[in-house]
Amino acid sequence: MSTFNTYPLQTNIQISAQPLHIQSCIDWIMSPESGGIDIFIGTVRNATKGKTVVRLEFEAYEKMALAEMEKIAVQAGEKWPVQKLLLHHRTGVLAVGEVPVIIAVSAAHRAAAFEACRYVIDTLKETVPIWKKEIFEDGEVWVAAHP
Amino acid sequence: MKINILAFGIAKDIFGNSSISVELTNDATVYNLKYSLEKQYPRLKQLASYMIAVNNEYALTEDTIHPSDEIAIIPPVSGG
Repeated sequence: MSTFNTYPLQTNIQISAQPLHIQSCIDWIMSPESGGIDIFIGTVRNATKGKTVVRLEFEAYEKMALAEMEKIAVQAGEKWPVQKLLLHHRTGVLAVGEVPVIIAVSAAHRAAAFEACRYVIDTLKETVPIWKKEIFEDGEVWVAAHP
Repeated sequence: MKINILAFGIAKDIFGNSSISVELTNDATVYNLKYSLEKQYPRLKQLASYMIAVNNEYALTEDTIHPSDEIAIIPPVSGG
């Protein structure tokens, strides 16, 4: 843990109605100081519990969502010696195979990058005010709304 | 006091609008707001849960609401 807090955490947090760019996220996260980069790419799956998904629609309470995303990044930086943390989330209508979320974490050593990346996606799903509607061939549902 | 409530996700469907206005007493808390909303929109009680955000922060039920606050109803989130 000798590298902990050697560098101030650099964050790159965005919500966008435009398609996310995987390569530009990788370009941003690369640095000579890091020994490991972990990237999580969330993608739209074609089915939920056996039902065909036609598309997803994402909606964000943007100002609060950005604030919560920043909080998660800061918490990850306090828990693990990470150097850079990128968190991009898409809004709007997404087809199967499109990318709603990209998380990229760099650290001197891989364990911190893996663990922080998992923490960021898991916490995002619990606290960030973004909502996903699944559209099926015969109806639609706001995910997680009902018990 | 009259409070404007922003709605997202399923809350928008329940209200039939992306924002509604609610009349509350001057010293109202988040608890009072939720009570008033649930009386007017009983479908809120069928949700897995929901939170109230005050000025872009999750609020506690005992927090007091002020006329200048930005209030939003946060149904269960499902990003990612």
